[in-house]
Amino acid sequence: MKKIYIYKAFERFWHWMQAALIIILIITGFEIHSSFEFFGYENAVNYHSSSAVIFIILIIFSIFWHFATGEWKQYIPTTKNLKEQIEYYLIGIFKNAQHPVEKHELSKLNPLQRLTYLGLKLLIFPVMVGSGLLYLYYRYPQQGGIHILDIGGLKVVALLHTASAFLLVAFLIAHLYLITTGQTITSNLKAMITGWEEK
Amino acid sequence: MKNYISILLFFGALLLLIILSQLPYTTKQSDDLSDLKAEYSQKHIPSVDHSKLGELQRDFKTPQDVTKACISCHTERHKEVMQSAHWNWEREAFIEGRGVTYAGKKNLLNNFCIGIGGSEVSCTRCHVGYGWKDLSFDFTVEENIDCIVCHDGTGDYYKAINAAGYPGDDVDLQNAAQNVGHPQRSNCGNCHFFGGGGNNVKHGDLEEAMFAPSRDIDVHMAVEGMDLQCVACHKAENHRLLGKMYSVSSMNRDRVTCEQCHGESPHQKNILNEHTIKVACQTCHIPIYAKVNATKTSWDWSTAGRLKDGKPYNENDDDGNITYISIKGSFTWEKKIEPEYCWFNGTADHYFIGDKVDTTKVVKMNTLNGEYADPESKIIPVKIHRAKQIYDCMNKMVIQPKLYAEEEGQGGYWKDFDWDLAAKIGMEALDVPYSGFFCFVNTEMYWPINHMVSTKEKSVSCKECHNRTESRLAGLQDFYMPGRDHSVVIDFFGIVLIVLSLAGVIIHGVIRIVAHNKRISEE
Ligand code: HEC
Ligand code: HEC
Ligand code: HEC
Ligand code: HEC
Ligand code: HEC
Ligand code: HEC
Ligand code: HEC
Repeated sequence: MKKIYIYKAFERFWHWMQAALIIILIITGFEIHSSFEFFGYENAVNYHSSSAVIFIILIIFSIFWHFATGEWKQYIPTTKNLKEQIEYYLIGIFKNAQHPVEKHELSKLNPLQRLTYLGLKLLIFPVMVGSGLLYLYYRYPQQGGIHILDIGGLKVVALLHTASAFLLVAFLIAHLYLITTGQTITSNLKAMITGWEEK
Repeated sequence: MKNYISILLFFGALLLLIILSQLPYTTKQSDDLSDLKAEYSQKHIPSVDHSKLGELQRDFKTPQDVTKACISCHTERHKEVMQSAHWNWEREAFIEGRGVTYAGKKNLLNNFCIGIGGSEVSCTRCHVGYGWKDLSFDFTVEENIDCIVCHDGTGDYYKAINAAGYPGDDVDLQNAAQNVGHPQRSNCGNCHFFGGGGNNVKHGDLEEAMFAPSRDIDVHMAVEGMDLQCVACHKAENHRLLGKMYSVSSMNRDRVTCEQCHGESPHQKNILNEHTIKVACQTCHIPIYAKVNATKTSWDWSTAGRLKDGKPYNENDDDGNITYISIKGSFTWEKKIEPEYCWFNGTADHYFIGDKVDTTKVVKMNTLNGEYADPESKIIPVKIHRAKQIYDCMNKMVIQPKLYAEEEGQGGYWKDFDWDLAAKIGMEALDVPYSGFFCFVNTEMYWPINHMVSTKEKSVSCKECHNRTESRLAGLQDFYMPGRDHSVVIDFFGIVLIVLSLAGVIIHGVIRIVAHNKRISEE
């Protein structure tokens, strides 16, 4: 059996922190949205705000890490094998076919993942973080009388924030399921925990 | 390498910014409240005992003699009082769209007993003067000021009913004059708790229970607490009494604020301090008012005039509140009321006699200005008093009828029960035309709630506002509030998206399992 080292320590730390934060943010966020009651409104707000700040710090570190290590290149979108990858999920997987794209250190994401994650990073996260920051701090310009920064109310911000949150939940569902589509049911999960993937 | 350093610097700076932006709201000292308590527990010790002053050792024949005595030593105070709204019952104010106005109880209409015109003898019991019985009252005569009503320390001084502000015949003026001091709650309360002619009729948060309230009723004035007097908040340097009453006032100046003692950020929790930008302190800290006795919440004048055997009569509810009285119509009373809420920026407009009304809407006797988009506006709690009152349906003007009269046949509605005649005489007195056709119109009057602050544990909770179905702020729809508002469209598509992804994942998984089993059995 061959083993390759795909996920470096920072990457794994980042991934699991992010996973935990996103789950907390989703639960507390939808509680603030009054979708259900769980922590209590005040706690939900506090947890949400603190996790958001930590999340932003994490994002900053990971951006830095991606550029410092050149790992950002992993996300350059490609159409090569894209069709094959889609066909694999729609047909091949049921026939126990081989994965069309080999994972290795220099290219650990398949073309579909590249596209999805890039979308997540360039669209959903910036909208989420941007609207979230405005949500948190929009009162300061209002109070300070800084009119250019006064967004005049929460409506647009809040609606963008909620819409992206729904997309994120949908992503999470698909993502959790796709964990099981590795070489074996658990091999993706193991790889993200230990860094090593068995071949 | 250089690239990395600049990136690092950039993000470092960003980080610092985020942390710094949290700072302004975390500067509160935790012992603000104990400082305040220490400050206000110091009891005032007067430097003079008026009972020892020779000037006051005499038998005062008239209350004016007392005032003259006061003025003989306090040679300037009466000038201050004569500048005040308590004396003039009007103030100069600039109102957007009207210009400079002179308005007050003297000339404004309300939706209780409507207006004082023609009924001065009765209404001026709450005037800090003696003898205002009709338009001939001279506001420049200083000895007609009633100093005692605000400064009495005996508790025995009172103004008689229908006596144009004169004290009762049995009041011991000498004793009263010798026992003057700083105004107590009882001094202010004797007028303000009984506005509208009975306990708690008008305000709802100023009533006789405040003479000696418990902490549950009012944390500030509680006798077992700091026992604050009205003037602790309503400071009155040189008789310039702070605090605006928006049934008569219009401008945002000389106000009393909670911040004058507690500062802008009294909480440990930032989220609460942030709320104070849009939500007034009172909104969270006065969850209910009329805590002890009921307040009048509506008044229907159109049912007035019913007689039993040709005689006027009353009906009372179980608590003894009048629910019907022939001279005035029907009332409703409520207690332990959750306030209603509105935006307010400190300026107000009023219905002025002669204004045309739009009868397709409820007529507002006073309008509190404000909206979400206005940075000066905050959400405040209000009592809204609703009424049906007489108006001229041809000229579209609210009518001030003549109500009070000494005897029958003078056109006073309370004696003659003739609306048309009362309207005619009332409007004539104001020099305003009356068409001869009267109807009744729905009116509203707004009373900000500022007293009966509850203990901090009873503050309005997050969920009482941030709530889809029963938010206290359900009536204010000009802004988005998390937890109360949502977009039906976004939530619908969002849920559809989640359901579809779940379904997709489950179907995919099931097919995988089935295919897998099939493969195994084939092998
Ligand atoms: C013989 C002069 C004299 C007369 C008459 C007099 N006062 Fe005074 N009053 C004083 C003096 C002196 C003080 C102390 C002033 C100070 O401390 O600055 C005083 C203080 C006061 C104070 C402040 C009390 C406090 O607790 O600090 C009030 C209120 C007051 N007077 C009201 C009145 C009223 C009302 C009358 C009329 C009934 C009256 N005074 C008549 C001389 C007089
Ligand atoms: C509307 C109520 C009211 C009326 C009427 C009134 N006062 Fe006062 N007076 C006050 C208030 C309120 C204070 C301030 C008390 C405080 O700050 O604790 C005050 C304070 C005073 C003081 C003390 C000022 C000081 O520096 O301690 C004197 C003296 C005084 N009034 C005299 C008079 C005289 C004389 C009259 C009548 C001409 C009069 N007052 C009428 C409400 C009134
Ligand atoms: C004799 C009755 C009487 C007494 C005593 C009295 N008030 Fe008033 N007060 C009135 C009336 C009547 C008005 C409304 C007059 C107007 O502005 O048209 C008023 C108005 C006010 C206002 C609103 C002023 C404005 O410009 O909007 C405040 C605040 C107030 N009183 C507080 C007090 C305090 C505090 C005391 C005790 C020191 C007190 N009053 C004593 C009758 C009284
Ligand atoms: C803890 C502080 C505090 C105390 C004590 C207090 N008030 Fe007030 N009162 C306020 C504030 C704040 C306002 C709002 C004033 C404004 O908007 O300018 C107010 C407003 C008023 C008004 C105008 C009507 C209204 O409710 O908006 C009256 C009348 C009044 N107070 C009378 C009294 C009387 C009488 C007492 C004593 C029994 C008293 N107040 C005690 C804080 C206080
Ligand atoms: C959004 C609701 C809200 C608003 C607005 C608000 N408060 Fe509070 N306040 C609370 C709650 C809840 C508490 C209970 C204490 C806590 O949980 O920290 C509290 C506590 C307090 C306390 C007690 C603090 C202590 O140290 O024990 C004071 C004093 C106070 N508030 C004054 C004010 C003043 C003054 C304003 C306006 C500037 C204000 N509040 C506005 C909700 C509010
Ligand atoms: C004259 C100064 C003063 C003003 C004005 C004032 N307060 Fe206070 N406040 C105090 C003092 C003193 C205490 C401490 C009372 C105690 O604990 O007995 C206090 C206590 C409180 C508390 C804490 C009660 C608790 O349970 O411990 C709240 C909440 C509060 N104030 C809200 C308000 C609001 C709302 C307003 C405006 C309507 C206001 N205050 C105006 C002096 C003031
Ligand atoms: C009196 C009603 C009221 C209460 C009580 C209240 N809120 Fe709010 N809250 C508001 C209003 C109004 C806004 C919208 C303000 C705006 O758009 O500027 C708001 C906005 C918010 C926001 C979004 C803006 C921001 O600052 O992030 C959060 C989060 C929030 N409230 C949390 C809370 C929490 C937590 C509590 C309890 C501790 C609470 N609220 C209690 C009325 C209330």
